[in-house]
Amino acid sequence: MSDIAERVKKIVVDHLGVEESKVVEAASFIDDLGADSLDTVELVMAFEEEFGVEIPDDAAEKILSVKDAIDFIKANGPAA
Amino acid sequence: MRRVVVTGLGLATPLGVGHSLNWERLIAGKSGIRAITGFDVSDLASKVAGQVPRGSGEGDFNPDSFVSPKDQRKMDDFIVYAVAAAHEAIKDSGWVPQTDEEREMTGVMIGSGIGGLPGIADGAITLHEKGARRLSPFFIPASLINLASGHVSIQHGFKGPNHAVVTACSTGAHAIGDAARLIMWEDADVMVAGGTEGAVSRLGVAGFAAMRALSTSFNDTPERASRPYDKDRDGFVIGEGAGVVVLEELEHAKRRGATIYAEVVGYGLSGDAYHISAPAEDGNGGFRAMRGALKRAGLSPDDIDYINAHGTSTPLGDEIELGAVKRLFGSAMDNLAMSSTKSAIGHLLGAAGAVEAVYSIKSINHGIVPPTLNLENPSESCQGVNLVPKVAQERKVRAALSNSFGFGGTNASLVFKAFA
Repeated sequence: MSDIAERVKKIVVDHLGVEESKVVEAASFIDDLGADSLDTVELVMAFEEEFGVEIPDDAAEKILSVKDAIDFIKANGPAA
Repeated sequence: MRRVVVTGLGLATPLGVGHSLNWERLIAGKSGIRAITGFDVSDLASKVAGQVPRGSGEGDFNPDSFVSPKDQRKMDDFIVYAVAAAHEAIKDSGWVPQTDEEREMTGVMIGSGIGGLPGIADGAITLHEKGARRLSPFFIPASLINLASGHVSIQHGFKGPNHAVVTACSTGAHAIGDAARLIMWEDADVMVAGGTEGAVSRLGVAGFAAMRALSTSFNDTPERASRPYDKDRDGFVIGEGAGVVVLEELEHAKRRGATIYAEVVGYGLSGDAYHISAPAEDGNGGFRAMRGALKRAGLSPDDIDYINAHGTSTPLGDEIELGAVKRLFGSAMDNLAMSSTKSAIGHLLGAAGAVEAVYSIKSINHGIVPPTLNLENPSESCQGVNLVPKVAQERKVRAALSNSFGFGGTNASLVFKAFA
């Protein structure tokens, strides 16, 4: 399970160009990590590619933090 | 009308990054044209190009110096080149607006002929192979031509006119001319203006090759491929990069003690109304652009010491431009030099007019005119014209005229004058 969290964090670090230490589970993409609305769309696409899941737009709108992403993938992703 | 001067220069070209380095290499007769790297050329008729050298050597281009890796994904190459050239030009000018009013009177007008062609090609493949949901949200803003101006405006906080020109290979010249007019009309006191292009890609080369516009006989000797006015010329060599200048209202520049490189005194525009890509055979469009620029400058042909030709190295275009220059300049031809710096860097399309404007200004500042490389056997019509074959020449340049002509029959000429 922690593997999912690590992989999510790595994607966030790569795509937003932020320090690894800032990417804690509670971190909000927009408020804490400097993302804009387009960055969050790209992040969701990256999660889809990495975990082979489809994240519908209405679900994507609710993925606002690192924890939101991890929880969604744990609940909907392929068996880890 | 308010007077407009040039107070900053910036270049990223196949000869490298930086206007001083470019000039050194240009007048030393160096060529920036090489075998194409970065994509497969096996099925392309033309395999040579002027690509901006990448790496960490002197004058090499490193995008990380200008844009964070995170933000590079949001920009196609043409935007990164513009950001780099603008960075140099703005720094060179020393202009840092301090107040809201100053920021609102500082604008940007950087155009491009084609924009984000490599990204558009990749995006189309993604759409076709993986579907709409896999297309990046940055696909559109990375490709849009006016996002070059947009990024420069955002980076530097310039809140004046935010504009972009798209007139194929006349883009850079039109951008500088039009931006100067915005200053004359008091829409701005300072304008960051120029052209950029990053279309050296499979789709770009294949597209121009399909028009039979590119050189194909010198794939094994790239440095010899761009040879304007030479009998063996067989098409242009595609290039990439950006040229940017800082234009400034004269009194504004004087008040802050800025270095003044030259004054923008003339600008002429015309249309051929003839053909989508071929220039009108009588050269009337180019003739009228040059005549208009001289008239605006209040100069006669005798006052021009250097012409930076459009001179793309195509069999037809070079001949027609030369004919138009001869008709306009008449006996003044005896005392002027005309060269095509595309012989060294290739044809930078939408950036060409801006890069060549910088070279023209430097010829005024240094009293040296750059050479036309590879001019070994000039066409017969070149007789009696000083095309500065192969080696730069020292000569006083009081004023220089720079020509740019584009597909669609769009022509622009700029005249720069030494500022005394």
